[in-house]
Amino acid sequence: MPDAALPVPTISAIDGAVHSPRPHESAHKHVSGEAVYIDDIAEPAGLLHVALGLSAKAHARVTALDLSRVRAAPGVAVVVTAADVPGVNDIGYMGKGDEPLFASDLVQHVGQPLFAVAAHTRDQARRAAALADVTYEDLPAILTIAAARDGERTLVTAPMTLTVGDSAAALAEAPRRLDGRLAVGGQEHFYLESQIALAIPGEDEEVLVHVSTQHPTEVQHIVAHILHVPNGAVTVEVRRMGGGFGGKETQANLFAACAALIAKKTGRAAKLRPDRDDDFQITGKRHDFEIDYAVGFTDEGLVTGVEMLFAARAGYAADLSGPVTDRALFHADNCYHYPAARLESLPLKTNTVSNTAFRGFGGPQGMVAAERVIDEIAFALGADPLTIRKRNFYGVEDRNLTPYHQIVADNIIPELVAELEADCGYWERRAAIRAHNARSRILKKGLALTPVKFGISFTATHYNQAGALVHVYTDGSVQVNHGGTEMGQGLHTKVAQIVAEEFQIDIAQVRPTATTTGKVPNTSATAASSGTDLNGKAAQNAARAIKERLAAFAAERWGVAADAVVFAPGRIQAGDQSMSFPELVRAAYMARVQLSATGFYKTPKIHWDRAAGRGTPFFYYAYGAACSEVTVDTLTGEYVVDRVDILHDCGRSLNPAIDKGQIEGGFVQGMGWLTMEELWWDGQGRLRTHAPSTYKIPACGDRPRVFNVRLLDNAPNREDSVFRSKAVGEPPFMLGMSVLHALSDAVASVADHRFCPQLDAPATPERVLATIGRLRARAAGV
Amino acid sequence: MPCTVTMTVNGKTVSREVEERTLLVTFLREHVGLTGTHVGCDTSQCGACVVHVDGRSVKSCATLALQVDGATVTTIEGLAAADGALHPMQAAFREHHGLQCGFCTPGMVMSAVDLVNSNPSLSEQDIREGLEGNICRCTGYHNIVKAVQAGAEAMNADQAAKIAAE
Repeated sequence: MPDAALPVPTISAIDGAVHSPRPHESAHKHVSGEAVYIDDIAEPAGLLHVALGLSAKAHARVTALDLSRVRAAPGVAVVVTAADVPGVNDIGYMGKGDEPLFASDLVQHVGQPLFAVAAHTRDQARRAAALADVTYEDLPAILTIAAARDGERTLVTAPMTLTVGDSAAALAEAPRRLDGRLAVGGQEHFYLESQIALAIPGEDEEVLVHVSTQHPTEVQHIVAHILHVPNGAVTVEVRRMGGGFGGKETQANLFAACAALIAKKTGRAAKLRPDRDDDFQITGKRHDFEIDYAVGFTDEGLVTGVEMLFAARAGYAADLSGPVTDRALFHADNCYHYPAARLESLPLKTNTVSNTAFRGFGGPQGMVAAERVIDEIAFALGADPLTIRKRNFYGVEDRNLTPYHQIVADNIIPELVAELEADCGYWERRAAIRAHNARSRILKKGLALTPVKFGISFTATHYNQAGALVHVYTDGSVQVNHGGTEMGQGLHTKVAQIVAEEFQIDIAQVRPTATTTGKVPNTSATAASSGTDLNGKAAQNAARAIKERLAAFAAERWGVAADAVVFAPGRIQAGDQSMSFPELVRAAYMARVQLSATGFYKTPKIHWDRAAGRGTPFFYYAYGAACSEVTVDTLTGEYVVDRVDILHDCGRSLNPAIDKGQIEGGFVQGMGWLTMEELWWDGQGRLRTHAPSTYKIPACGDRPRVFNVRLLDNAPNREDSVFRSKAVGEPPFMLGMSVLHALSDAVASVADHRFCPQLDAPATPERVLATIGRLRARAAGV
Repeated sequence: MPCTVTMTVNGKTVSREVEERTLLVTFLREHVGLTGTHVGCDTSQCGACVVHVDGRSVKSCATLALQVDGATVTTIEGLAAADGALHPMQAAFREHHGLQCGFCTPGMVMSAVDLVNSNPSLSEQDIREGLEGNICRCTGYHNIVKAVQAGAEAMNADQAAKIAAE
């Protein structure tokens, strides 16, 4: 009981409050090897290892599938095919029936699973899987965007059109007009931990699945309908992922469903961890796009009208291609006001792996198109691209209507860009680079400053909800559970900070626990940068519910008004009574006060009518800008990134250290996408860059030589987000565009900046060299 | 053909009967139960599996257990002091946020320790080049380089203190 004679020591602030640069909650376990990933969970006795048998053809009828040699292989316990699926053979989240767990009579991409084999060891399973005798009858395969767009244009899902104003009239009346096409490549997620699932059969219809997924609830639903059992029989748990980046939003479904199927069929635990090469071939990637654009503009470089057609390689099934291509349209304006626009998507069916979510979710491809259009205008007018960018920024009071009819109400891009422009010495360096290029015959420098405006919220409005569960134990320690998943982004750290802040206790007393559908149900994917916005608010609401009960109890016990009970750092003040949090909790427990609560949150204000192309799909926008400087060797096309300066808006950051990490990592990943990461399929639809030996992501030496990253100061979110912070997962990814444009600038110098280089992505050294050759030929009038 | 492989792992002698083709990483993870060493790419590209063999960093997914028979192996679990105090390089990765998802971290830390042991006066450029064989998809490497610099400083300070004490 509180004792007035023994005052609780007063501390000025708790450890791990919101806005503090707290290390990741698992950092001590990451560095010591104690953090448990799914492959590190102690294996249950009798565990079976699963391997998948994959299609060797891009599009073919399977006329015979002879698995007798697979079944007879050493160590094999069971082989399953489509015929063994007790429920619906579909792992697509939309329930369209276009994405079978196992293909049967028709295969639609190289690497599509046909069967699974479970054996005593992983090695036995993999060797057995290679013994299948499959007879195919080839069908015509559509492998590229061009083949799909210029042919029958089969779509995997309904396209979307956004219109504002009369773009046809605007283009017709514009003083100047330019047309072009931009190609932008896809991207492999390359999460360091591959896909993995471990299924443990339970009583009756029950099964527990440990799976590396960003969306436990969806895995639960998919497993349930594959097994033909109620959702309530399936529990999905994930403590942490070794990276996700969108690649585990829907792509974990297949591995979880397959492991669960084998576990229930055999009564033994089953684990499926594909080899990295198989992971590359089985799972979807970022969509590659070809974007046709037409822009009308004034002699001053002001855009008057834009038309764009976004043709995307969706792969063989819908998966998330609908919302991904929608988001490309939502970001085809980036920071720029289009008085009139018509933006259309074409999610094209191809006989390649079904492309999926990847950090930015189509937004990056939309923005790249916007920046190309700005570049075209700048070159046409002989102006600096930054000048044209700034001229076309959304206004604050006017010129603020988007092509989806949402008003940009929190525009800070003009000030943010002005600040970065001054800080990084853009114009001085521009002059210095021009002088350098005049002197330097072979090595040419380039400079570019590009902005980002990213809409925050799921465009599927119903996804914008979250739940949390907070338990306070009688020693004052706290557990917090919520619907979000930890993939390294620091979500659990931020949520623990939020709960610590609410109770005013040290963060060491707050333990985030594994995400499980058994604790918090009906959750949304940890995606769309919304993890903290949604789950942080839900956890805050749960903590506040308990706080209110504690305050009401204290008020009654010590005869003060409930609002006179103060949760101060490390102690609670109720009138002249002062006590520690554990003391209050114990007293409340003895008085039979409930010390556990759920919390719920749904994002206010948002709505979206897709058919009409109108609404307010985003709660707010996150902003940022980056300035990159590169040096290109014009003899080889090779380049280095000399310097990068970033100014990014995290609102009032919940954790500046984690947010800076997101910005640095997002930038480098975005730079990788636009420069060195190249997916290459051969004429038979086989991915030939299917391992890190051939698919190159940025390594330590590729990081910018000088890398200055700063969070925007004094920029609280104008909306009521959790502690006025802003989402940070995806927006910095698109800061990588500054590298593409700096390369373009360096390339343009070989023809004295007379022609827009129209440098497509990825701007590999080969592509840079080819573009240099093209510009030189054009300058020479060849 | 099964064979007996014996080595010193984190100060303890371990001996297991394994197939000759057993990889060192499999030996450590599945036969010895040390799961801190991770498999990222299966093909010796990513570096998540780096351990020390006789003090030098080695990719354990491209090494046979039999090849290091009789050797002294240190894994990420063996780096901290006996009382659990983190190795200076481990502490630096935690304090300088040189990690996000943590999957590459054990290999990254092991490579970094070897880099400092081989060259106590590492430059930023040395770190860049020295870590080329360790891939991280989360951090963009900025905080990893900072962590290695801080870890190197702390390791050198420890070393200097040891010499002074002698």
